[in-house]
Amino acid sequence: MGKWTRRAFIATGSLVGGGLVLGVGAIALAPNRLRIVPKRADGHERLTTWIKITPDNEVVAVIPHCEMGQGALTGVAMMLAEELEADWGRVRIEEAPAEDVYANGYMLRGFGAEMGMEVPRWLERAVDYGTYKVADFAGLQITGGSSSTRSTGQLGMRVAGAAAREMLLEAAAARWSVPVGELSARSSQVVHGPTNRSATYGELASDAAAIKPPLHPRLKPRDQYRLVGTPQLRHDIPSKVDGTAQFGIDVVLPEMLYAAIAAAPVPGGKLAAVDPEPAKTVPGVREVVRLDDAVAVVADGYWQALQALRALQPQFTDAGRGAMDSEQIYAAHAAALDAVGSGDAPAGGARTIAAEYRVPYLAHATMEPMCATARFADGRCEVWAGTQDPLNARRVAAAAADVDTADVVMHNLQLGGGFGRRLPGAFDYVEQAVRVAKALTPRPVKLIWSREEDMQHDYYRPAVVARMGSALDAEGRPISWTSYFTGAGFLDAPAAAPIYGIDAPDVRVADAPMHLRTGSWRSVASSQHGFFMESFIDELAHAAGRDPLGYRIALLSGKPRHRAVLERAAAMAGWGHAVPEGRARGIAIVECFGTRVAEVAEVGIDADGAIRVYRVDAAVDCGLVVNPDQALAQIQGAIIFGLSAALFHEITVERGAVVQRSFPDYDMIRLANAPRVNVEFLESDAPMGGLGEPGVPPIAPAVANAVFALTGQRLRSLPLRLA
Amino acid sequence: MIEFTLNGTPTRFEVTPDTPLLWAIREQGGLTGTKFGCGIGACGACTVHIDGVAVRSCLVPIAGVAGRAVTTIEGLASGLELHAAQAAWIEHQVPQCGYCQSGMIMAIAALLESNPRPSDAEIDASVTNICRCGTYERIRTAIHSLAGKAEVSHG
Repeated sequence: MGKWTRRAFIATGSLVGGGLVLGVGAIALAPNRLRIVPKRADGHERLTTWIKITPDNEVVAVIPHCEMGQGALTGVAMMLAEELEADWGRVRIEEAPAEDVYANGYMLRGFGAEMGMEVPRWLERAVDYGTYKVADFAGLQITGGSSSTRSTGQLGMRVAGAAAREMLLEAAAARWSVPVGELSARSSQVVHGPTNRSATYGELASDAAAIKPPLHPRLKPRDQYRLVGTPQLRHDIPSKVDGTAQFGIDVVLPEMLYAAIAAAPVPGGKLAAVDPEPAKTVPGVREVVRLDDAVAVVADGYWQALQALRALQPQFTDAGRGAMDSEQIYAAHAAALDAVGSGDAPAGGARTIAAEYRVPYLAHATMEPMCATARFADGRCEVWAGTQDPLNARRVAAAAADVDTADVVMHNLQLGGGFGRRLPGAFDYVEQAVRVAKALTPRPVKLIWSREEDMQHDYYRPAVVARMGSALDAEGRPISWTSYFTGAGFLDAPAAAPIYGIDAPDVRVADAPMHLRTGSWRSVASSQHGFFMESFIDELAHAAGRDPLGYRIALLSGKPRHRAVLERAAAMAGWGHAVPEGRARGIAIVECFGTRVAEVAEVGIDADGAIRVYRVDAAVDCGLVVNPDQALAQIQGAIIFGLSAALFHEITVERGAVVQRSFPDYDMIRLANAPRVNVEFLESDAPMGGLGEPGVPPIAPAVANAVFALTGQRLRSLPLRLA
Repeated sequence: MIEFTLNGTPTRFEVTPDTPLLWAIREQGGLTGTKFGCGIGACGACTVHIDGVAVRSCLVPIAGVAGRAVTTIEGLASGLELHAAQAAWIEHQVPQCGYCQSGMIMAIAALLESNPRPSDAEIDASVTNICRCGTYERIRTAIHSLAGKAEVSHG
């Protein structure tokens, strides 16, 4: 074909009739996927890859993201329906299958923006090309990074909906021999006013499917939105109140067996030896399967498998790391920081402030432990699991089964929590299930991790140590800012850059050995750096003898959106007004994934000395809000998620292994200690930000700052514990 | 062999007597709405009713329910009519990931059966289930919306 161009692609798409034979290059040049139309296997007309229209006028939105409680499928479908002018009551939502055509590279551009890489409009097509290359190589079909709504929805689904609407209008114009300009689309039908004729989308779909999609469909101006911005019920909720929702753990197959597993307790350890005999005496046990770094027991039931596993005494190697403990890990962090620099505040100010902060490893602790079901037979593999990237999981399964990816079918089920644990790079449970199932060919095997296995074999939120410093001028304003910290990942730099107007901040990353496997944890690097930055700025405010709210606002003169959320949250909380006896307030603001969130925590100390959070007021600016009630739910949940970590969570290491085992030693906020949460949204015309993650980071520093206001104790490590 | 009543239906399970009720109803009963969360009674995801009382089914050996009536989330509705708690959960859009909500709803249905107008303190004391997504604000609102109008359920 020679030179790749959009026009060449369109021609190709027409020639091959929209089958799945298009190559990667063609996909790369089709940012809207307008013509990559899979076969009409189900007999429904497709207008673009994302939209199916049935003869009885039902619109099916095919969404390349997974549902883990964030409501993304509903929100993204709303954006599509808005542009399509579909009748929302007749829209059905399908999760896209794990196939290459549904790789969702839009999120990469979202991450680009997160890292400060603004993309000029004239360059967007080139960026699409680049990101699709990467997306297709990596096989991303990710749900994470708050990407679904703002990337797939904003950049992809709206365009697909608008294109389909224009195709339907054109089909009606041709059918009735009238100018397109005389037609209107509304509520899943096209109307010709002058002759009072109308046709449903279902009636027009097959004509429309033959029409070449417009390259640049006209998007609706925001002030004409009818659906986006209104609270809509989530499509997945009814199945979650009557037990019918199918999570990864729920798949039931004929002849299915169950597996329990124990992996090496020390990261990098291997299975050295195991005597299978004690397991085989348990009734119902079928097999003891040795993996490279784990041993699994397969039985007729999970309880039997687990009992038999616990009867074993497997011997694991420790990769030479069996003496590691948390103290040594933090000592290594300190040494790494020493090598980068002192971290002392630079001289020049009237006074200098310096402090060291620390946050621990954290487990995701999804309510549904890791699990996957696999069946290997006739050289093919089928997998059932809840993942945040089924396309990538499919590749992992193929490698584990030693078959081509084309010989793997991946069924993605609902996730009993994700929070980053079920992202690519963390598909150990999928790999294990496939290997165990292969040993039991051809029977399907459901592998379920115990809670203890889940807690002790996570990809943990990295522990980070940060040395913060600043010099204050005579008026108490910071004239320098240092943040030297141990590195956790690629989102460190944007998360650590101070939001405040301070010249030439000195932000440096030190490489420190992590020992444990690490991964993304809801809000990623902002969970650590939000705590450091917002605690330290609070220290500076108090050192300057200033009100923490006013001090922040004075340093945000060029950032009206930051100021607005701070002022709103403060007003909601009654900042500056009396608090109930024995309580105090703390405030914090964090920008992450394009969203600004300010939170005020009202904190007291219980009779037993425990920190108690009574109330949280949050103000959020994420640009456009698509589904207000679900936006609210995400912030409410994120605050509880962050608060459990702030008050309780710490993964520690002894003899090379994780100490914590289950909820008693990794406790959660429950109804009795959940604060009342008030949330308000400040909508703006700014680019859409994320909502799943940004509510998490401000709560820990807001609570720590309240504790300081109440007790005078500056708590610089998490979880927060009074001296 | 254990005989008991499961969601109103006389049932026999051929499992070893120490098998936890949780795994028996999921695997022998094929009712997967009851969830495994921790296996040690700490999270409440596996909450069911035994003779109308909320219990954590991961801690109850199947032998312990012989001759008794077990109700799971699948048996909470009366035919096509949802239990009031289930309807309130939809109205208030409570679930996020939803994994804990079967157990949460069962715990709350039992509470409302014995105490139709629970105070906040009574809610806190009797419902100790974990929701990792943090839906507590809506759970509390939904419970208060039900106060005094919970349907009597006979599973």
